[in-house]
This record gives sequence, structure tokens and C-alpha cells, in this order.
Amino acid sequence: MALIDRDTLDFLLYDVLDAQALTQLAPYHDHSRETFSQTLDTATRVAETWFLPHNGKADEHEPQFDGDTVTTLAEVKDAFRHFVDAGLLTARLPFEQDGMQLPSLINGACISQFTAANPSSAAYPFLTMAAANLIDHFASDALKQTWLPLMRSGQATGTMVLTEPDVGSSLGDLTTSATPADDGSYRIRGQKMYISGGDHDLTDNIVHLVLARIKGAPAGTRGISLFLVPKWHVDDSGAPSTRNDVALAGLLHKMGYRGTTSTVLTFGEQDQCVGYLIGEAHQGLKYMFMMMNEARVGVGLGAASIACRGYAESLAYARERPQGRLPSCKDASSKPVMIIEHADVRRMLLAQKAYAEGALMLCLYGNRLIDLAEHSDGDEQRNAQQLLDLLTPVIKSWPSEFGLKANELAIQVLGGAGYIREYPVEQCYRDQRLNPIHEGTHGIQGLDLLGRKLWQDNSRGLMALDAAVRATIRTAGEHEELQVMAATLESEWNKASALIQTLGKALAAGDPDRTLANASVFLTWMGHLVVAWQWLWQAQAALASDQPDTFCQGKLQACRYFFRWELPQCNHWHDLLASQDDTCYAMPINAF
Amino acid sequence: MKVLVPIKRVVDYNVKVRVKADNSGVDLANVKMAMNPFCEIAVEEAVRLKEKGVVTEIIAVTVGSKAAQEQLRTAMALGADRSILVETDQEDVQPLAVAKVLKALVEKESPDLVILGKQAIDGDNSQTGQMLAALTGMPQGTFASEVVVADGKVNVTREVDGGLQTVALDLPAVVTTDLRLNEPRYASLPNIMKAKKKPLETVAPGDLGVDLASSTKTLKVEPPAERQAGIKVASVEELVDKLKNEAKVI
Ligand SMILES: Cc1cc2nc3c(=O)[nH]c(=O)nc-3n(C[C@H](O)[C@H](O)[C@H](O)COP(=O)(O)OP(=O)(O)OC[C@H]3O[C@@H](n4cnc5c(N)ncnc54)[C@H](O)[C@@H]3O)c2cc1C
Repeated sequence: MALIDRDTLDFLLYDVLDAQALTQLAPYHDHSRETFSQTLDTATRVAETWFLPHNGKADEHEPQFDGDTVTTLAEVKDAFRHFVDAGLLTARLPFEQDGMQLPSLINGACISQFTAANPSSAAYPFLTMAAANLIDHFASDALKQTWLPLMRSGQATGTMVLTEPDVGSSLGDLTTSATPADDGSYRIRGQKMYISGGDHDLTDNIVHLVLARIKGAPAGTRGISLFLVPKWHVDDSGAPSTRNDVALAGLLHKMGYRGTTSTVLTFGEQDQCVGYLIGEAHQGLKYMFMMMNEARVGVGLGAASIACRGYAESLAYARERPQGRLPSCKDASSKPVMIIEHADVRRMLLAQKAYAEGALMLCLYGNRLIDLAEHSDGDEQRNAQQLLDLLTPVIKSWPSEFGLKANELAIQVLGGAGYIREYPVEQCYRDQRLNPIHEGTHGIQGLDLLGRKLWQDNSRGLMALDAAVRATIRTAGEHEELQVMAATLESEWNKASALIQTLGKALAAGDPDRTLANASVFLTWMGHLVVAWQWLWQAQAALASDQPDTFCQGKLQACRYFFRWELPQCNHWHDLLASQDDTCYAMPINAF
Repeated sequence: MKVLVPIKRVVDYNVKVRVKADNSGVDLANVKMAMNPFCEIAVEEAVRLKEKGVVTEIIAVTVGSKAAQEQLRTAMALGADRSILVETDQEDVQPLAVAKVLKALVEKESPDLVILGKQAIDGDNSQTGQMLAALTGMPQGTFASEVVVADGKVNVTREVDGGLQTVALDLPAVVTTDLRLNEPRYASLPNIMKAKKKPLETVAPGDLGVDLASSTKTLKVEPPAERQAGIKVASVEELVDKLKNEAKVI
């Protein structure tokens, strides 16, 4: 079966987000719709052939640890190898580094096919790309020369090692230590938990990027440094020579994402764990966060992709499952209808379409902002960077929250079949459940948005968002079919601007505990407004395109659904926020 | 040794095609197009022969609109060295016309082998390769599941109703590919970029002295009848009974 429908992707890429315009940016001059299309063909083919078939098997057969080595399925290794051989691991690198100089937008579309096919096998190459990019940006030439070739060629994978058993959301409290050694390296000591891909047998070597505190460093986030800690030391040819003192204490057993190893790692049990400082001391968290935008857009995109997969699976099922008759039919001997004929099933499918394709649009838009922030100039560049900074918590969280709702509905559409393992939708739901938790929980993202992102740079991100939303309201208003929705969005958006000002004043007045108490509601509310804006944009683009009638009807109806069924919830959230409702905040702890 | 690989741009095999409202043909507006799967197998075989050192040059060719350049680029990303677009805006060029174009190209390029798909998934004609062989007088090995070039000959194992048949053909020869010949590779990302720099020549059918006019006329295109739902039978006996008495096929 097709993973994410190619028509859906092509519409978003070319009719809505004008991917071809990116070829005007200098690094993308050599590209054209043709190269984008061929690249997406290859990605889809690799995802369908090498990732999709073992998605269920990898879920059922978790990686095994015998106390000495970890064993994963052979299929996971093959999948990784094909991802590397196809050039996908290095797609975004410059031509001189054997890359393809692929725009982030097109890369995002490719990536979405892999998460839709098999999120847990896709995690290994994704982590490797992220870790290699971090090294590329911040590490010394010597470190780059040793480790990047191994990672870019898929001989070593990468990890992101932040969380400790006692420290998750509040990274400033982490305790893993680094002691300077005579040779300029450091000795790392401490325990880390939940580390994805922390051990496995896909590659000979693993490069851990570890956050730790140099002895005597200041407390809190300002005292954290970033270290490169290899599983194996290497000889001059890059081949593994001796083991570093990093030990796998055990594997964690999860609800979903079961094909990716989740590890507890012990660093420096024998005081022999060598780590190399990346960049400057005490700047580690800053480096991590500079790469976080892309990682968080990546989480959102993964969530959107799993939502799209569930939608596609449940849609196919609903078209073929005969059951019951319409309320108007009194003939008990008549042929049962396909369940898609039942209004309630159509409700569940339309909600999924609105969530899944709304989320996909949001994340691809985020990827496009990355391209502009990296390669355009002047106001366009600044705008893109500020919008990206502002929207990153929304792009990470909204698809995670509503992608999960979509996957729940996919199960409901299948009925009993949705609950059993013979069908893929229950796994989609379990895999999806991770997304509101990792890379900063939903609650933490809410605090980031309301406590920081809205106000940074004198709220320039918010101004850029305001301009973008109002531009869509204007163009959409030119289509008769969209006038009412454009007016609705305008009035909601005016209310939003007023509320944000009120909250800004309340924060400045200085009771942050209370004002930020409903930050996660704020995040959801803002997400709904942003997605409503983008649905209007999609509907307008569909009407302006030469897409077939049924395709446009589908987009228009999903947009209507969002405005009629979803957007009104914003009123309720707005009331809670505007009144700074304290029902939860005021609940005494001892009254629970 | 030189190989000519004719390929065709068709509707992607994943797409559920729709018939146009006026029944004049299949609706191709905004439909994803791709290289015909049997042609991918032909390209793959040529590339494998090149990797074995048997072949030195692979030329991909297609008869079609400007948009078909995309499939030629794909063929070059997969390993073809250069390509030729015989450009026409005429839709639905018939196999005989394509075979005539290919004959002209064979005369121009003098390939030792022409490898093409056994059929295209749009028209399902399975005629072009055979017609080309007849027009040029080259021997043909159709529905190939194995191709071995040795001692100035090509041995083609063919999938026939009764099993497998191997024919030894003098070169130059025409080979058409069946599904099991190979598993085509995907175009790696760096190769997609490299293919942009490979030569793509465009010629008009008239330059080759060929008239593409068709002698067949499409009267009407209709979707196939909807399939009836099946039933489950309780036992083998019931199945045999139904096959005998209801379906009357045994
Ligand atoms: C499958 C999986 C893979 C992971 N992969 C990695 C990895 O590769 N590398 C890595 O370093 N980590 C990884 N993690 C860890 C993940 O990032 C953390 O689990 C996450 O950041 C939350 O931290 P925690 O589990 O300690 O929860 P806690 O921080 O204890 O949070 C518990 C609850 O309290 C809330 N909370 C905490 N602090 C606040 C606050 N200040 N205000 C409001 N609410 C708050 C949270 O929102 C949450 O609901 C992974 C986790 C999982 C489950």
C-alpha cells in the first residue's frame, strides 16, 4: 500500500508551499521539480521495500540483551544499510561532501515516508543525522575528521544523551560529571537513562553525545558541557580498537517504538570513560538547543506521519468492510453497506484527515522555514528564523497531541479489528504515544511557548505570524466559498492578539506561577488557531490549483470540519486563559 | 558493446486510474507518472551487463512528450550513459509507430542489443519488441527471465507456458524483459544529481523519417465491471460442486 499518499504530499509541496521557489536560493539552484520528484520516488521506494515490511515484526520481537551484546532483527540492519546506500543519510549535505544539497522541505517529505512505514527502524538513521550535524557545527576539526566520515557513511550511529534517572525535564540539575585528564580529554562518570539507540548491533561503533558537568562548573543550565563519547576507540583507519568505558546496564521495555533500543547506560564504571569536549566548556545545553529546532520539527513530522498512516489504513478498511444498513433502509435482506457509508464513520475519517493533513502541513511549513532561515537573506531570513523559533513548540506538540487522537479514531473505525495486532493501527497508536513525552513534554513545550518564545526578540516572531495569518485571510476572502471561514478566523485572531497582550502584562506584573499554570492549554489553543489558519490556506490553494474536483472537495470539507467542529473549542480555552482560571492551580496538594 | 533501452512514461502503478467522463480515455490530469515497471527491469539488466564489463554504453530512448524527460533522467540516474527523446505531443502512440522510430534509431546507433520491457502497463499491448525485431530483421528473445551474453551470442531464457525455454540469438538482437529477470535498483540521491549532467538529445519523429499517425482509432474507454463479492465455502466438496455445477469450469 502507498504510505503517505503522493497526491497529498505533492499538493502540499507544490500547490501550497511552492517548493519550486526554493530553487531560487543559491544552494538549491541545481534542483528542479524533477529532482525533487525523483528523490521522493527513491525515498518512498526504500521506505516501502525495506522499512514497511518488518514494522510489525520489529514491534513483536524487541531487541534482546544477553548481558553481553544486543541483538536486533536482520531486517533493521538491512533497512539502515539501504537508507545509507540510497544517499538519504547525507541528502542535506553539500555536493562536495557527497550530499545532494536537498532542501529541508523535500527532505522532510522523504522523512515522512519512513516514519509512516516504520518509526522505530527509522529512528537509528534519524538520530545519526542529528548527532553528526551537531558535531559538524560545533566540534573541533580533529573530532570532525575522526568521527564524521564514520557517521556519514553509516559505519557508526549517533545518540543524544541528556536524560538521567533523576533528571528529565529539568536538565539544569543533571549530575553526570567530567574530569579533565592530562591529555586534554575528559573522564566521564554517571548514569543515563532512556537513551535511544544507546546500544545495538547495526554498526560496529556508536558515537554518544553526552551532556555532563565539568567538575567545579556553575550550577544549573550554565554549567553543562557537551562531550563526544565513543563506544569504541578507533585506530588510524577508523576501525574499532579498544572498548571505551561505556556499559549497557540494561534495555527498557516500552509500549511502542519497540524496535528502537532504549537503554540505561553507565559511563565510567571503571573511571576509564574517555570523552572529548565539543566546542567550549559550559556551552553544551546551548549547542543542544541550537540543534533542537530541527529535532523538534522532526518529532512533529513523525507524529504527523503516523497520523497519516493510521488515516490511510482506516480509510482503506472503511471502504471495504461491509456492515449494517443506513437508518433509512428497512429491508433486512438487502446487501449491507460498506462502513464508510455510515455518517459516524465518515465523522471519524474526516476528523483524522483534518488532524493528520493539518499536522503534515504544519511540519512541512516548519521545514520550509528552516530552508529560508538557513539560505535566504534580509527580512525574509529574519522573519523565517523568528517564526520558526516561535512556532517550534507548536510544531512539536500539536501533531503529537492530535496525531494521537487521530490514531485513536483509526482504531475506532476498525472496531474489534482495530484492537488486535493483526491490523497495524493499534501499533500506530502505541508508537505515537511517545511523541507528547520525548524532546520536551507537552507541559514543557507550553512553558517554553508562553514563558519565553512569545516574548523573545520583542515578539517579532508573533508579528511575523500575525502578518502571515492576515495575508491568508485576505487571499482566502477572495473565494466566495471561503469568505465565512476567513471572517471567523479574523475575529478569532483578533481575540487572540488581545489575549496574548493581557497575558504578557500579567507575566510582567510578576506572578509567573499562576500565569503559567495553564501554559499547556495555551499551547493547544495556539496550535488550533495556527492549524485553522493553515487549513484555510490549504483550501484556498486547492481552489486555485488544477487538482481534480474530488481532491479539492476533500480539502474544502476538511477545512470546513476544522472550522465548524474544532475551532469553536478555542472559545472555551480562551475563557480559561483570559480568566486565568485557577481550578487546577488552586487545588491543595493534600486535598488529593 | 552498445545497448539501446527504449522506455515508456506511464501512470504510476500505485495510482487507481479513472476513465474520463466522456469515455475518450484515461484521465491523466495531475496523475503521478513513472517509468513503466518492465522498462525499469530493462534498464536494470543493461546496467548489470555494464557492471559485468559486457556492455560499454547504454542509451535510453523514449517516444513521448517533453515531460518524458523525467523518465529518461531516471534511467540515467540508474546507470544509462545518455538518452534520446523522440518528442511528440501525440498521446497514445501505437506500438507499430514506436517500433518504426526504434528501427530508425537502431540504424543510426547500431546497438548490439536492444532491451525493452515485454509490455507497458498502460496499453498492455506486448507488441513493440516483436515488431522492432520483424522490422529490422534482428532475432528476438521475448519474456526473458535470464540473459547471458557470451561468444558473440546472447542466450535468453524465456518464460513460456510450459516452463522455461532458452534460445541462443546472434547479435544484434532484441530482448524483452519479464518480471523475474531482476530486481531493479532505486536511483541513489547522488546519482539523481549526476544524471542531470548526462547528455539528453531531443529529436523529432520527422527527423527520423517516421510518421507517428495511427491506423487504429479508440472508440470508447470504459472502466471494467465491478467485481462481485465472493463467498466462503464450508468444505472442499462444496467448492468442487460449485466449480462443476455453478461456474461450470471443471
Ligand atoms: C522512548 C523514549 C525515548 C527517549 N529517548 C531519549 C534519548 O534518546 N535521549 C535522552 O536524553 N532522553 C530520551 N528520552 C527521555 C525523555 O526526553 C524524557 O523522558 C522526557 O524529557 C521527560 O523526562 P522524565 O521522563 O524525567 O519526566 P519528568 O521530567 O519527571 O516529567 C514528569 C511529568 O512532570 C511534568 N513536568 C516536569 N517538569 C515540569 C515543570 N517544570 N512544569 C510543569 N510540568 C513539569 C512533565 O510534563 C511530565 O508530565 C526518551 C524517553 C522515552 C520514553
